[in-house]
Amino acid sequence: MEHIRTPKVEQVRLLERFSNKSTSGTLHLTATHLIFVESNNTATTAAQEIWILHHHIASVEKLSLTTSGCPLVIQCRNFRVVHFVVQRERDCHDIYSSLLRLLRPVSYDELYAFSYNPKQNEQQREEGWQLIDLGAEFERMGVPCDRWQLTDVNRDYKICETYPRDLYVPITASKPIIVGSSKFRSKGRFPVLTYFYQEKKAAVCRCSQPLSGFSARCLEDESMLQAISKANHNSRFVYVMDTRPKLNAMANRAAGKGYENEDNYSNIRFQFVGIENIHVMRTSLQKLLEVVGSRFLSVNDYLLGLESCGWLRHVKAVVDAAIFLTKAVTVEGASVLVHCSDGWDRTAQVCSLGALLMDPYYRTIKGFMVLIEKDWISFGHKFADRCDQLDGDPKEVSPVFTQFLECVWQLTEQFPQAFEFSEWLLLQIHEHVHSCQYGNFLANNQRRREELQLGDRTHSLWAFLLREQQNYLNPAYCPTYADTHPVLEPSTLPCHFKFWRNMYHQFDRSMHPRQSVLKNVLTLKESNCQLEDTIKDLETRLQKHGISPPTPDPQASPRDQRILPTRPHSLILGAPLSRKEAQRQQEEEEEEEEVGEEVTECCSDTERTVEGSSGTERKESYSDLQGTYGAKAEPAVVSLEFGVARMTC
Amino acid sequence: MFLCSHFILTQPVTFLVKHQQRCQEMEFAELIKTPRVDGVVLRRPFLPTVEGTLCLTGHHLILSSRQDNTEELWLLHANIDAIEKRFVGSLGTIIVKCKDLRVIQLDIPGMEECLNIASSIEVLSTLDSVSLMYPFFYRPMFQVIEDGWKSFLPEDAFKDLESMTEEWRLSDVNKDYSVCSSYPPLVAVPKDVDDDTLRKAAAFRHGGRFPVLSYYHKKNGMVMMRSGQPLTGTNGRRCKEDEKLINATLRAGKRGYIIDTRTVSVAQQAKARGGGFESEANYPQWRRIHKAIERSSILQESLIKLVEACNDQSHSMDRWLSKLEASNWQTHVKEILTTACLAAQCIDREGASVLVHGTEGTDSTLQVTSLAQIILDPACRTIQGFQALVEREWLQAGHPFQQRCSQSAYSNSKPRCEAPVFLLFLDCVWQILRQFPCSFQFSQHFLVLLFEHTYASQFGTFMGNSASERSKLNLSQKTVSLWSWVNRPQEVERLSNPLYEANCLVIWPSVAPQSLLLWEGVFLRWKRSSRCLDEAYDEMVHIIQYNNKELQNKVNNLRRQLAQLETEEPLLQTP
Repeated sequence: MEHIRTPKVEQVRLLERFSNKSTSGTLHLTATHLIFVESNNTATTAAQEIWILHHHIASVEKLSLTTSGCPLVIQCRNFRVVHFVVQRERDCHDIYSSLLRLLRPVSYDELYAFSYNPKQNEQQREEGWQLIDLGAEFERMGVPCDRWQLTDVNRDYKICETYPRDLYVPITASKPIIVGSSKFRSKGRFPVLTYFYQEKKAAVCRCSQPLSGFSARCLEDESMLQAISKANHNSRFVYVMDTRPKLNAMANRAAGKGYENEDNYSNIRFQFVGIENIHVMRTSLQKLLEVVGSRFLSVNDYLLGLESCGWLRHVKAVVDAAIFLTKAVTVEGASVLVHCSDGWDRTAQVCSLGALLMDPYYRTIKGFMVLIEKDWISFGHKFADRCDQLDGDPKEVSPVFTQFLECVWQLTEQFPQAFEFSEWLLLQIHEHVHSCQYGNFLANNQRRREELQLGDRTHSLWAFLLREQQNYLNPAYCPTYADTHPVLEPSTLPCHFKFWRNMYHQFDRSMHPRQSVLKNVLTLKESNCQLEDTIKDLETRLQKHGISPPTPDPQASPRDQRILPTRPHSLILGAPLSRKEAQRQQEEEEEEEEVGEEVTECCSDTERTVEGSSGTERKESYSDLQGTYGAKAEPAVVSLEFGVARMTC
Repeated sequence: MFLCSHFILTQPVTFLVKHQQRCQEMEFAELIKTPRVDGVVLRRPFLPTVEGTLCLTGHHLILSSRQDNTEELWLLHANIDAIEKRFVGSLGTIIVKCKDLRVIQLDIPGMEECLNIASSIEVLSTLDSVSLMYPFFYRPMFQVIEDGWKSFLPEDAFKDLESMTEEWRLSDVNKDYSVCSSYPPLVAVPKDVDDDTLRKAAAFRHGGRFPVLSYYHKKNGMVMMRSGQPLTGTNGRRCKEDEKLINATLRAGKRGYIIDTRTVSVAQQAKARGGGFESEANYPQWRRIHKAIERSSILQESLIKLVEACNDQSHSMDRWLSKLEASNWQTHVKEILTTACLAAQCIDREGASVLVHGTEGTDSTLQVTSLAQIILDPACRTIQGFQALVEREWLQAGHPFQQRCSQSAYSNSKPRCEAPVFLLFLDCVWQILRQFPCSFQFSQHFLVLLFEHTYASQFGTFMGNSASERSKLNLSQKTVSLWSWVNRPQEVERLSNPLYEANCLVIWPSVAPQSLLLWEGVFLRWKRSSRCLDEAYDEMVHIIQYNNKELQNKVNNLRRQLAQLETEEPLLQTP
């Protein structure tokens, strides 16, 4: 609190990003949030509120003074960009300097997760952390088995401090082999199992680059790969996928690192797949955001920008690599060892995406959480560094995990029935990777997380997401799709990769469809369940009058038995419920208790309210009629950020 | 999702036989050197290969495996845009590229057979004679409930207008097509303007296309008109009658907007060829706005480039994006939508009347006026209303469909007047549909269907270039209307959007490049297996119908039953 110089500034104008429209209101600065409340609200519309968590702010910029005031531009990690104009420069400077201090916490203790209290009792909180059990996950895959076992070499993080305690290795890999191999691998990250394809007994293993330099070799490391190869009777060789471009790998040799020499390792097939490094990805996304952030963008500049920033090319490279991995494992039945430099960025992307293609379980909500927990959290993707959780080295920041989520989104677009979750889940996870509101993604590795006692001091995101998982369901999901398509074979034609508008323009409402199919169908599905309940209830009441229900029509039986409670209250994309709408919905629910009420519209009238759009906010983009139209305000909509509303009550 | 030409597929074989007999009487027989070949293999992307007998008839290429339950291919020759031949030994291969952008491959044993088939297809697919076209031979195998030729008469449309305003009248000045050859016999004009004035104004407008009413905005009484360019020429000719005509649409003291779909420089250049634009001096009550919708030849080039990009098998992302950019297709979509939004904005937000024209007033003008109506008028977003719109703003308004759609993206022959003007309009409608998925009564299937039928059809609807040509061909007597097919309950249901809820509002689409998408349903339709997308769509339809039909009815029934019991029972207990 000592950093906040001005808790409240009035008469601040919020400029719309892609038009000349603006709203004025009051800016509040709290210990955790920056809040903008629209002032001139009339009785008919609820005031617009914008809540920005300090951790979400990536940069604050004070532009030079204009006649109307002092502009302040805030860019957020969830791709929200807000542009305020503060009347007095002193106020603007106070906010600016307060934010600068607040958005760069220096120690973990300052992070929101340690103060966030969602009014849960201790037991619920603990249970939240127990939802995901990686031991059980390996059991589900069929490990340990006669060829793979759990090793305790890293029980005290002595061999590799960025790996988890529990690691799975081939039965034939003895402790000296493991220790020797780990010494020959960057950061001690020796080859371990991450996914086991039971059907062909083929393994996906991961590690970091070998410290081979130009000629060094390590017999233990060679035996380690031999052991992995021997553990699979289907194939005489094991693929080694170096996910880096060849040039990068070769350059690493000069630093005493490098890649496996096929002559030294018997039975390996070595392959580069050419995914660029974290620095290239960071610059690429920055360029993309610059392109799509410019006002009055032409189609040609947009497409040329998409091309020159290279972002979709990189996304496709990751998907291509995952497809290669999947084919090697599922078609050839070969085991694959994946690595990059340190084995925590590209390796995590490729292994997890490959597993998603191979195993339908990971395409469920719970399974997807398990996958992230396993390949990203436990294997030490450096979330703290990559997401800039603490004031650190800007060169370590990179959107590697965002890119993974985007790859998953591209797949959900190609296979609309294969995933239990919709893109809302991906967006929500992305939101909280950066929010530091839950403990899951804090710090860089498991060891550090244990030191921070996150399990005792913070809440788990997974528990929160599972509790409201009905919000993240994909209505087109078909559980039997997994039987007919256990392995997904996505198209890799470039025309099937699209710009993810709902991620990078998440908060730019004017760019989105004004009516959401997803929201509508989810709502209908929900109302289907309510209607089914009402039918049951009515039938019991009729029974009391001595009328037995008609024999159930097999065709009318529900396809889906899940009970769906209310829909998301704060999902930006789904055009969030306004307060009024929420109220109306509540009233309706009460009304439904009465008999005799015709139910025909009850489930559809408010929820399927048409969001007619307002021309005013779009007019700038259409025309060269200069400012001749009277601006007419659009009904305001409460746009609280994910999960935050909960905290304030 | 996009089973194509379904109705062709389902015609019984007896029809084929009769049809063949008829054709043999005609001059087709001499064009078909080899009417049938056995052992032909059909290869299509994402579908199993079919081996069977290939038959050529006067209008169709048919491949039948002669087995039950297997699909047959019925392809209209008119749908074939280009073919390529290849030979490996005595096995010939014909690659057939269709106007609906599909590419199929036929492996034909025997070099002579292959050459014969190829040359027959080439001739049959490029027949110039209108009277030999399939719609004249097609006999419907379905019951016509409502004759589409009579569904959308101008008189009926005017009745609606009359109920809203008395400021307009229906003029038959063009009843023998002598004033304007591309206009219909009946047009709506301001009540105070007599036919003589119209004739003089027509002489001053390109192609005789004097300003006529396109749309009346009920909300504020503003109107949209369309015309051809004024023939001012280099020495600035003026025409008092033309000025009078359009000024008659303005309310006292009000100004109007003229939206010229060309850039200022293009409009300037038009003067040298006798065309031009309305000068401020002669039209002081009008403000002119220039937009930049490209001419048709450029649009055709754009389509060819776009389709080529979509068919590129290279896996390079950069190549794809740069080709997509170079095609300029999305730019055209954005320009057209933007101009339409501008027109709609002038009418709805500014409360001003609008006159839209480009050069001829038969292409970009119609794109703008019809899209503006989609935005402004909820009626145009229904299945019937959209047909009426296409009939009114495209067919009656004289868009030269036959010229524009005689070749598609693959044709090697020199383009004449071909241009995807209507396809671009459909693409724009699809963009709005994507942004307002609940505000349209039809789904994208309807748009795809219209795209197919403008390029090749068994129906006469899109034949000819204007109302006068259609009446000369006597299409309404000799052919079946597409609307007769569409307006049957089963087809209406297939084309319906299950999410539709009437939305009486004006719908303003976003025209930001990030909001505009490539229309996969047309351009990537044959590039991927659509099965999983179809199934997902069906699942969605199921969820909605389950709700609307089954559950709600059941609840209502039960409630009624219960209410009845509860009112009856006390009566029973009282005595």
